[in-house]
Amino acid sequence: MADTVSSADVPAMTGGKGFPAALEWIARRAEGFVIPLAALIVGMVLFSLFIALVGKSPVQLYETMWRGGFGSWFSIQNSLSRAAPLLLAALCVALPARLGLVVIGGEGAIVLGGVAAAAVGVALNGAPAFLVILLMGVAGVAAGGIWIGAVGALRHYRAVNETISSLLMAYIAIALMNHLVEGPLRDPTSLNKPSTQPLADIYRLGNIPGMEVHWGLVVGIVACVVSWLLIEKTRWGFAARIAGGNVRAAQVQGLAVGPLIVGFTALAGGFAGLAGMLEVAAVQGSANASLAAGYGYTGILVAFLARHNPLAIIPVAVLLGGIDASGGLIQRRMDLPDATVLVLQGMLFIVILFSETFYGRFKAFNPDLWQRPDFLKGTI
Amino acid sequence: MVATEIGLWGVPLAIVGGAIRVSTPFIFVSLGEAITERSGRINLGLEGMLVFGAMTAYAVAVMTASPWPGLLAAAAAGLCFGLFHGWICKFPGVNDIAIGIALMLFGSGLAFFFGKPYIQPSAPDLPAIPFGGWSDIPQVQAALNVNVLFLIGAALAVFLWWAFRNTRVGLILRVVGDSSDAARAMGLNPDTVRLVATGVGGALAGIGGAYLSLYYPGSWTERISSGQGLMAVALVIFARWNPLGCFAAALLFGGAGALGPALQSVGVTQGYYLFYAAPYILTLVIMIATSSPSRSLAGAPGELSITK
Repeated sequence: MADTVSSADVPAMTGGKGFPAALEWIARRAEGFVIPLAALIVGMVLFSLFIALVGKSPVQLYETMWRGGFGSWFSIQNSLSRAAPLLLAALCVALPARLGLVVIGGEGAIVLGGVAAAAVGVALNGAPAFLVILLMGVAGVAAGGIWIGAVGALRHYRAVNETISSLLMAYIAIALMNHLVEGPLRDPTSLNKPSTQPLADIYRLGNIPGMEVHWGLVVGIVACVVSWLLIEKTRWGFAARIAGGNVRAAQVQGLAVGPLIVGFTALAGGFAGLAGMLEVAAVQGSANASLAAGYGYTGILVAFLARHNPLAIIPVAVLLGGIDASGGLIQRRMDLPDATVLVLQGMLFIVILFSETFYGRFKAFNPDLWQRPDFLKGTI
Repeated sequence: MVATEIGLWGVPLAIVGGAIRVSTPFIFVSLGEAITERSGRINLGLEGMLVFGAMTAYAVAVMTASPWPGLLAAAAAGLCFGLFHGWICKFPGVNDIAIGIALMLFGSGLAFFFGKPYIQPSAPDLPAIPFGGWSDIPQVQAALNVNVLFLIGAALAVFLWWAFRNTRVGLILRVVGDSSDAARAMGLNPDTVRLVATGVGGALAGIGGAYLSLYYPGSWTERISSGQGLMAVALVIFARWNPLGCFAAALLFGGAGALGPALQSVGVTQGYYLFYAAPYILTLVIMIATSSPSRSLAGAPGELSITK
């Protein structure tokens, strides 16, 4: 996807006369903050109208949503637990997006990462805990990385559209998981929900001290920070941003675009695979159909809402995790279907994408225009 | 159904019958997508329109006790979604692929939201024509029990193939798809043409959804579509935007989708889930085989973002 160059990316021009540098600094960054926030609010308002149309009270809905997502220490912990896989699933979309690729099959990498981690955890039963957990993580990253890395390789070397291929690969991954957990890897004692053998307790990932939130949250936040550093502060990230802007230009500059695309997509898939490993090691205790819980798809929304900025993914994932967590309460208290959350997510997604059209349209966000005399007259 | 009476012949027969049964939604969605893509836009949201169409058709058919109003309602719902996609994509900076993904999620979510009360009741089916009446073998009769929508889809494919080449509307569509500038020079508004093309594509996807819920599998559940809408998009590329190619490819995909159940009916149950993945694997293999990094696809509309 051709990312519009936000004003923050434009190198600083000479300071506008009469305007404090701080104001300029803020203005250049404000656009990327104000527009998504406004879109979020518009999306919420539209959703209120929808809820009013089906005969429920929007006020009660948002109250319930707040209570279910952030209203108590219990619900905050619930939201944070759901945010953990979303952080990693969103990175699976955001990293390729910086290269101009729209990868939407993170669900497949999550599922296979979980199965690979569970297989390793069961096979190495008896080995030291830290080693097994580490290798489970490696297996999850490898499985997801190979899966999405293949999407990137197909894109670059065979010109196969990555959006469609990644989603097809997600369907194939889910079929593969069903095959494995109902066949070769099945625990014979899991009757109505076919699963792999449960992990021994010492191989389960515990909670962050003082919280009912597993360590996956920390892993996810670290992954986001590392990804941000990678994109913004390393030469690979710089090369990726150039290639994302214009592949031809990058090739003319002698950048190895192929390895760059495969590397970034593999890393992205590795993060999603790690999310699957965390779900197995910290939440499920075994691999089963619950791995395909839709985190991969919500992750797409998180990444677009965060405009593919890894640091912005952190608050957005917490917000979406909270919305996700409140779904059950909305269903029980307001007698609305559980798909209510999906409708809200869909609306937010559409409004966010629509808001892309407003970048660069507001003069106040562009200090380079401030100096021009016609700016103050409002005739630009 | 006991397939052992005719032995392993039951497998190809079930695949042929399955191809006819399973391919119908593919035919409608891919023809709709072919129209949209010929105009230079890609609509990945057809999956959502398919699911929403399935729900709408089922709900209306339950309420009116007749499948035909359901079919119309599904087409109308698909039309609305398609027009929305076509309208929102005309704004600069709005990405048609991303909007498609959003509509895929939104359409499904909305369908699950409104479809909850309709999971239990049963709706009247769309009629089928028994072409297998000459045979005494029940498997042959079952395989040749052809739904009217399949026949309409086949006729539509031939009509579109003819219309793309020989009508004024077909020419307008192709000009807009190949070059917005050329279209503007001819006095055409590309946005309007694309709006209509995406709307029609959405309506056809809605009809495909109606087939799912009103004939095969013939009930409304939240798992009614398993990516048919998305595979149809890939299928259009494989078919080189040719309606007759879409029809043939849809039959091929239908056959692949029928492989798992066909093998299961003769007692092959091992690896059932892997056979279930056959249509996805087939789609992927075809995409890999037909794409090339060095040349652009023959017959690709020039304005289409996905092939650039």
